[in-house]
Amino acid sequence: MSGSSFGFFGTDPWWMVILKAVAIFGMLVVLTLFTIWWERRVVSRMQNRIGPNRVGPAGLLQSLMDGFKLAFKEEIIPKSAHVAVYWIAPVISATAAFLAFAVIPFGPTVSIFGVETPLQLTDFPVSVLYVLAIASVGVYGLVLAGWSSGSTYPLLGGLRSTAQVISYEIAMGLSFVAVFLFAGSMSTSEIIAKQQPIWFAVILLPSFLIYVTSMVGETNRAPFDLPEAEGELVGGFHTEYSSLKFAMFFLAEYINMVTVSALAATLFLGGWLAPWPISLWDSANVGWWPILWWLLKVQLFIFMFIWLRATLPRLRYDQFMKFGWKVLIPASLGWIFIVATARVFRDDFTFSNQQLLIAGAVVIALLLIGSWLLQIRSDRKQAVIEAELEQALSVPFDATAGGHPVPPMPGQVLAYTPRRVLAAQSVAGQVIPPALDPTPTEETPNA
Amino acid sequence: MSIDGELVVFIICGGLSVVGALGMVLSRKAVHSALFIAMVMINLAILYIANSAPFLGMVQIIVYTGAVMMLFLFVLMVVGVDSSDSLIETIRGQRLFGILFGVALAVLLIGGIGSAISGKADIGLIAANDEFGGNVEGIADLIFSDYLFAFQATAALLITAGLGAVILTHREAWRPKATQKELSVARFMVGAGHPGNKPNPGVYARHNAVNTPAILPDGSLALDSVPVPVRSRDDSLIIDHRVVSTVVELVESEDQN
Repeated sequence: MSGSSFGFFGTDPWWMVILKAVAIFGMLVVLTLFTIWWERRVVSRMQNRIGPNRVGPAGLLQSLMDGFKLAFKEEIIPKSAHVAVYWIAPVISATAAFLAFAVIPFGPTVSIFGVETPLQLTDFPVSVLYVLAIASVGVYGLVLAGWSSGSTYPLLGGLRSTAQVISYEIAMGLSFVAVFLFAGSMSTSEIIAKQQPIWFAVILLPSFLIYVTSMVGETNRAPFDLPEAEGELVGGFHTEYSSLKFAMFFLAEYINMVTVSALAATLFLGGWLAPWPISLWDSANVGWWPILWWLLKVQLFIFMFIWLRATLPRLRYDQFMKFGWKVLIPASLGWIFIVATARVFRDDFTFSNQQLLIAGAVVIALLLIGSWLLQIRSDRKQAVIEAELEQALSVPFDATAGGHPVPPMPGQVLAYTPRRVLAAQSVAGQVIPPALDPTPTEETPNA
Repeated sequence: MSIDGELVVFIICGGLSVVGALGMVLSRKAVHSALFIAMVMINLAILYIANSAPFLGMVQIIVYTGAVMMLFLFVLMVVGVDSSDSLIETIRGQRLFGILFGVALAVLLIGGIGSAISGKADIGLIAANDEFGGNVEGIADLIFSDYLFAFQATAALLITAGLGAVILTHREAWRPKATQKELSVARFMVGAGHPGNKPNPGVYARHNAVNTPAILPDGSLALDSVPVPVRSRDDSLIIDHRVVSTVVELVESEDQN
């Protein structure tokens, strides 16, 4: 790789690379076990229960035991499964989940066995794009699991998760753009370096909010856990999976949670940089301490995940997709437009921040006045339309207007044919609401 | 030629690409073909990265593997999960022309690229990247200077295609879509039937056979909970399990006595 800023990356001795990779692997597995325990405890507390407290201190080893149990369970493979794809799907899912962590920075340069090395497996000029790329490969695991199970619910779950992850990946990618503009780089370590003295979550708050929303959608977590909606799809894409293969999906889901949380911390909360009161301490950002700050930030996001799960009901699928495409993506695009314009004005035309803020206030004021005027105009138009509609409705509905059979216009009442009258009478004294299609219930005699 | 890292990567990824390409052509299931081509794409991306074009490699995975191929899979799964292509060739001489055109394309590509690169000094991507201060910076510089028009034209073309797809699949609604509130009002209107799901057979009951109706909170039977086919069969009996359980209890208590 070219560029002097990557001097520390790609120069590690081979044993250091292996050491870091194994350490990250181990950390992710332990974090998964911890997160499951933590989630169960927190959700329990929020529901006035206690939660797992039997195995180990405060029940900490519960998820380890559950993991053992899961691995030793009998494995059931459906007869209709496409075996090769069925096997590879959980492997893709889990592998992708682990891979994404290669570019997440945990801390600054430290000395391990006398070698100066950054606390990050690797980094390169497009490492944030790498996380996105790996996430999109990880979706293959879900889709293939759904398809290869040879069963309806998994297929539907697989389709849902594809649609969901692709849609929310767009919003997610767009929320990165403002960060890239400000950091002038797509490498995770440089983005962190650019967040001194102020975090991007503060100056790019809309991006941060969009990312946090889309990361919940991206990881298929409540309230966006529609691919696994147990009330509708049993278990979604993993319905037909059991034993170790199911455990791999489970592992992948929790690692993905940690990954998106770590990415959120990296891009918006300054990664391993110490938060404000601690950052006054001189050695807060050197040595091994930053791992602690990093871990706290990641756990903050994970706590948010758990909190969401305990409080929010699941969204309806169409509302969820509508939210992604019609709210998050346009909002992202608008925000990028504003950020880019402001930057060009500041850097190329040497406007000061104060001038920009005044200009922004003027623009917002103009927009508000404009929307107020538009509202008045549309109210008037609405009144005219309503008057016209009232006039149109005073004319009785003609089913063969213009010589063709036509449906009623909105608000017009369907003519009662003899058969419909009969059907209405047979439902003993019940009146069919005219605005609705009379649904053929089993009470209808001629159904 | 010494064996360096790049050569090893090339042999592994190139070999896997060839395997994937052959598998894509030879496999009978459309989904397997799609998977093989995804494998080819990922291997190509790795080769791009190994050749100091990390941006191209990542975009290749995000756009082609993550979006385009995923949409293909999506369509395949929606259209027909188990359909394998029919191998009967309907166009006469398809195979012959296929081979001819394939060879012609290969000649064109090899000739075109060959004549474009022959006789020029081999700079290498590292030098090309360093000229602009990095791979991403280099691509950005070229896209927004020399190739701006082509880039914008492609963007316009893509947006037109997207809009076209939206318009072609759009259906005009002839009555306004009911909101959630209107739907819920309609559900509770007189004559609209039971609001929400009906209780399953056996709810609050001691038996869960399909012909035992659920008990409502006031103790009466919910006959609606028995499925219509069961209800309408002449030989079927709707069993009031409150009575059944009383009988069973009576018999049991007599047995004990």
